[in-house]
Amino acid sequence: MAQTASITLMQSDDARPIIEAIIADNPGVRILNMPGVVKLDCDDSITVKRASVEERLGRSWEPQEIQLVLVSMAGNLDEDDDHFTLSWRH
Amino acid sequence: MSVKKLGLRQRYEHMTRGLDWETSYQPMDKVFPYDQFEGIKIKDWSAWEDPFRLTMDSYWKFQAEKERKLYAVLDSFAQNNGQTNISDARYINAVKLFLTGISPEEYQAHRGFAFAGRHLRGAGTRVAAQMQSIDELRHLQTQVHTISHYNKFFDGLGEFPHMHDRVWYLSVPKSFFDDARSAGPFEFMIAIGFAFEYLLTNLLFVPFMSGAAYNGDMSTVTFGFSAQSDESRHMTLGIEVIKFLLEQHPDNLPIVQKWVDKWFWRGHRLLGLVAMMMDYMLPKKVMSWKEAWDIYFVEAGGSLFQDLGRYGLKMPKYADIATEEAEHISHQNWAVFYQYTHAAAFHTWMPDAEHLDWLSAKYPNTFDKYYRPRWEMWAKMEKEGKRFYNGALPQLCQCCQIPMAYTEPGDPTTICFRSSKYKDDTYHFCSDGCKDIFDAEPEKFSQAWLPVHQIFQGNCGGPTVPDVLNWYHLNNGVDNMDYVGSPDEKIWNEWHAENTRKAV
Repeated sequence: MAQTASITLMQSDDARPIIEAIIADNPGVRILNMPGVVKLDCDDSITVKRASVEERLGRSWEPQEIQLVLVSMAGNLDEDDDHFTLSWRH
Repeated sequence: MSVKKLGLRQRYEHMTRGLDWETSYQPMDKVFPYDQFEGIKIKDWSAWEDPFRLTMDSYWKFQAEKERKLYAVLDSFAQNNGQTNISDARYINAVKLFLTGISPEEYQAHRGFAFAGRHLRGAGTRVAAQMQSIDELRHLQTQVHTISHYNKFFDGLGEFPHMHDRVWYLSVPKSFFDDARSAGPFEFMIAIGFAFEYLLTNLLFVPFMSGAAYNGDMSTVTFGFSAQSDESRHMTLGIEVIKFLLEQHPDNLPIVQKWVDKWFWRGHRLLGLVAMMMDYMLPKKVMSWKEAWDIYFVEAGGSLFQDLGRYGLKMPKYADIATEEAEHISHQNWAVFYQYTHAAAFHTWMPDAEHLDWLSAKYPNTFDKYYRPRWEMWAKMEKEGKRFYNGALPQLCQCCQIPMAYTEPGDPTTICFRSSKYKDDTYHFCSDGCKDIFDAEPEKFSQAWLPVHQIFQGNCGGPTVPDVLNWYHLNNGVDNMDYVGSPDEKIWNEWHAENTRKAV
């Protein structure tokens, strides 16, 4: 059975470029819209790329800033200077 | 010459382990006296790493930003009389249960993580636990600030810290955290960090706060998601703790498995209150408890335990029973509160026709067969002026402290009773899960402060219901009873009558 890697973000102006970047960078992403929040699911792994967010935001952006709009997540986290990834792969 | 900025990994290394030292005036075992008696074996504390790689300087920066955003919303909500724009005043009863039942536990979590942040030997673990301790204090404060606005208009909120230590159903969350906080630091981390934060808080904060958003409660949704942004870090701490313990020594596995079994079951029982909030107390509904359980326990928990299977860790014992109960628990809990509405600091009601149909659609296997007939009968009795109140004090489960109202696995028409002998006494339980927990630690659980026993022993203000309510600081006839006829309903109807008048 595929394991679900997941990120839930607020439905807010600050989160929108991140949501858009995730949708663009993770083919096959499943989107569950709830009032106030959106849950993004992928099989095995889901990633946020710094470059993709910066392109949409028009300014520099550190992956740690995701904490301001993050609601929940599932998977083992790997965070570095250029990405924020949740994965069940080893 | 430009100064080269450190990368995230280097910054984390310098700001956590780089600031730690081996004590020399006192031996390390005396400085950290609590991290060995539970039997957990740690070979190498430095193998711990926080995947968020969050350092204290960044922590303050992000938390300050979160607070600025939250308080701007709270201020604007109060200034614009946001309380008049919620979906229905019935909704406020979910907020009352939240403030009385959950906010005080944020404070208990704050204290528990302060203890873990002092007494675990690894620097990385200590820093993460200290941040979580500060987060939990922030959650309590922001919840009190947010809900204090509702306290100006609605009843049942003003005495929440006093009630937490006394009221019968609030002993359920209180005993849960008392149990965790009186355990050793590793069990605390598995209980709250892993079982509660990782497995179960999504069920509390995501669908419920989404419900707050849907019901026009802008202030609660804002503190909820502000808290939840810390929660992702807490979930990460929980999963890192469990992986770390399992990687450190094979002898840790049976101890950890026992804690996971115990705290999963205790958490499942506690969250039955949230199940009821979601299915019965939100005028506009986002998803049913059963749907939330399927997303956040069956699917998310399934992925997690598939991963932890590498270490030999199994799904929590009775996970299958808990999933079966997801089709019953909200209904059985609401039935308890409806019968004992005279002793609860929030209002109850029977669902209207539209709400009954929603429950039928969401619970096709159980609602029409087991619960709708009872609701319809109680609604009929209400109409005939014979509203049903249960005058007897209920027997409580010695472990979870919930009235013994749950049914047998596989048979929703028979109440489940279990018991154990310890020393010369018999102790009673609502389930095999609760009985197992008692049997493993009878010395601890035989001392539980059970509200009904305490009333009978004369320790709760007197022998009659009004005496006990007075001792609870529950304003009889105002805080309790049905929503219909309450002062909450009256003020709500006045606001709305005013709106209609002005529109004409």
